[in-house]
Amino acid sequence: MIFGEITLGHYLALSSLLFLIGLAGVILRRSLLIIMMSLELLLNAANLALVAVGRFQGLPDPQVAVFFVITVAAAEVALGLAILVAIFRIKKTTAADQLATLRF
Amino acid sequence: MEPLFFWILAVGLVVSASALVAFRNPVTNAVCLVVALVIQAALFITLEAFFLAAVQVIVYAGAVMVLFLFVIMLLDVKEEARRTPPWVKIVGVLGVGGVAVLGLTKIVPLFPFTQKTLHWGQGKGGGSAAELGKLLFTSYSPLFLATGVLLLVATVGVVVLCRKDPES
Repeated sequence: MIFGEITLGHYLALSSLLFLIGLAGVILRRSLLIIMMSLELLLNAANLALVAVGRFQGLPDPQVAVFFVITVAAAEVALGLAILVAIFRIKKTTAADQLATLRF
Repeated sequence: MEPLFFWILAVGLVVSASALVAFRNPVTNAVCLVVALVIQAALFITLEAFFLAAVQVIVYAGAVMVLFLFVIMLLDVKEEARRTPPWVKIVGVLGVGGVAVLGLTKIVPLFPFTQKTLHWGQGKGGGSAAELGKLLFTSYSPLFLATGVLLLVATVGVVVLCRKDPES
């Protein structure tokens, strides 16, 4: 093999790199829409780590956890985008730094 | 072949995720997210999680992405203005990337359990719909029911949030 064996560490490293990138997106970007997309990256990084550990340890249970994470993520996206649309109707913007007031 | 597949998918995932964070156009971001989610599904297949790979494509790359695209079209989101000077970004990317690569190549191997290898096809299974369904409907059935309630509540919540106020 040219690249050497793939270990659990490879998957965990990839997952943590993905998490870092997603975290950078959440911190650096100002559009609420892009922040939500980066949140999806964070959830996916966690999913990848769970499935990898489950497979290398021979456990099926982490896959059930990932199944629930995907369901909750779908609900989260639906609700988050609904809130985003509601905010946009009032403030006409989705930039996070322009939503600094506590009351309208 | 397995390491080759893993490296192709890993590089693709990191590149598409970075592109999501880097590009300014919301539609480009959405396309990057689709690519990242599909590559993640392929990674699930390399981990023998076949059912999850299918769910990932159907739920994430299908339903969630359609939601995102609908909202992008609905809101007519403009491109973000650039504020940070480019050299700050380059230094930041190089710094974080350097620390990440150093940490992942030097620190991860210190933990012996991460050195486990398992070839494709040697897993204990558990990735098929039948095996996952058995777990879902037996030991995890209360959680499964709770998920149903959660989705119902989310649906009702979205309808309430997006309703136009009849008085205004």
